[in-house]
Amino acid sequence: MSVIGHVAVSVFKESVRDKVLYNLVAFASLLIAVSYLLGQLTAGQDVKIVKDLGLAAIATFGLLIAVFIGIGLVWKEVERRSIYGLLAKPIRRSEFIVGKYAGLVLTLLVNVVVMTVVFYGVLAYLNTQFSEEARSAWPAPATDPGMLRAIALIFVELALVTAIALFFSTFSSPFLSAALTFGLWVIGHFNTDLRNFEAVVESRPAAYLARGLYYVLPNFAAFDVKTQVVYALPVPTAYIVVTALYGCVYIALLLTSAVVVFSRRDFK
Amino acid sequence: MDAVSTESLTKHYHVGFWKPRPYLALDGVTLSVGQGEVFGFLGPNGAGKTTTLKLLMQLIYPTSGRAEILGRPVGDVGVKRRIGYLPENPYFYDHLTAEELLQYFGALFGYKGADRRRRATTLLDEVGIGPERRLQLRKFSKGMLQRVGIAQALINEPEVVFFDEPMSGLDPLGRRDIRHLILKLRDRGCTVFFSSHVLSDAEALCSRVAVLAGGRLAVAGDLSELLAHRVRGWEMVVTGLADAVLDRAKAGGDVMRATTLGHQRFALELPLTVAPAELLAGLTAEGAQLVSLNPIHETLEEFFVRQTGAAPKDRGLGAGER
Repeated sequence: MSVIGHVAVSVFKESVRDKVLYNLVAFASLLIAVSYLLGQLTAGQDVKIVKDLGLAAIATFGLLIAVFIGIGLVWKEVERRSIYGLLAKPIRRSEFIVGKYAGLVLTLLVNVVVMTVVFYGVLAYLNTQFSEEARSAWPAPATDPGMLRAIALIFVELALVTAIALFFSTFSSPFLSAALTFGLWVIGHFNTDLRNFEAVVESRPAAYLARGLYYVLPNFAAFDVKTQVVYALPVPTAYIVVTALYGCVYIALLLTSAVVVFSRRDFK
Repeated sequence: MDAVSTESLTKHYHVGFWKPRPYLALDGVTLSVGQGEVFGFLGPNGAGKTTTLKLLMQLIYPTSGRAEILGRPVGDVGVKRRIGYLPENPYFYDHLTAEELLQYFGALFGYKGADRRRRATTLLDEVGIGPERRLQLRKFSKGMLQRVGIAQALINEPEVVFFDEPMSGLDPLGRRDIRHLILKLRDRGCTVFFSSHVLSDAEALCSRVAVLAGGRLAVAGDLSELLAHRVRGWEMVVTGLADAVLDRAKAGGDVMRATTLGHQRFALELPLTVAPAELLAGLTAEGAQLVSLNPIHETLEEFFVRQTGAAPKDRGLGAGER
């Protein structure tokens, strides 16, 4: 295994020991409880609501992990001075950054995979609770594999959020990093409004600024195809691939910037 | 090829938030450490010892000057494979056990499987970490963490090892163990570069020392030579010396202190200004007999106080140096 692999495994091990994976229990409990309650209250819409809720929960739980662990990835090492012993070993600062990132992405991957399995398990159970006639009225089967497309893009989005949090964590405090990361995430979900800003303002400089921000800031809205998959609307494979590539390029740029910042730092 | 060499190594910081002021942490330090030496890097708090070690580990970058380890620039990954480092007051990943930490660091050096486990076990035995090696490091005391820190610094059988205050947090038994370990490393041919406040340790272990004061190198050299040239008086042991004669010598300032060793037998401490031969001639005329005469060398502590006492207190930079 490479140096990056060893650092990544260490981050994963730390997440497991710090009980980060306990969120999976919370996720499963939430989904099962909601399914049970909906079964008591609604008729026919249960599966659609569980799909909406399940996908939103995968994204939200993942986001919380990405931000709250991501912002401490580098900061904690520097603050606690554990980095002193580590950087004296045969490891480049770039390998440290990439290893830390890979470790958290691995944690997220395990989380998303387990949450997906629980999600499909709950849906498979619900599927057995309805008649053939009721099922035929649904826009898509309960365990529609098409939802995996939305989950794949949620994962890329989480990887991007992790890269943003890591980037900020190379030079700022956890509080500031969290604020900036959440800020970017919120703005990124309303990115399309920036593109159309010139339609609502008269000032040319403001319009140019908004257009510039539209191109520079991450477009998180592009990763959100949850509604489409729940209503069985087509999400082309080409769209998934291009959006994932967009995410990967953005991640590469953020990691490069994080390495540049981190490589110049003095650890006083 | 030197194990460690620095040339005009300088580091400035800027301190303060609203109006940052330059602060001279290290000022033009030039030194060299030969291979196989146990080198003591001494100085009071804030002298720049840890700054120097961080520069050598490339945890910080120099403002100017250069540093090499084993003939290669610091920070070179190839060099890092051949060195070990114990930071001051070490802190490691508290979710790992001592065993896991050593295995993790061993993996970074490319050690695999059984070999890695064996190295971790041997080193933990060597630094005196027993069954507690399977506890997470968050449960370790300061002294135990220090021992783990020393073990991790040796995981790769380094050619040069840097210890920043290795005795810090250790009880007397721990200090003795680490002294023995350093001597074992020396016998193995490993260069040991350690910073310390504990002068008795440095005196017992080092072949060469450097004294840092106010960010500047006050003095560096062979310990025995540095102290040998610093004679601060004479010790004359005489017998058959009458009390009245001794009192007269004391009153005349020829004897600073007299210790009774037996009946009319004294150890006299003479200042450097007194010619021992003349005093002895006077005493023998009064019936005293010489047993021994030896120079009194300055202790490392006295040497250290004298060197560091003259250090500049102002660490800001003059306008011309900014």
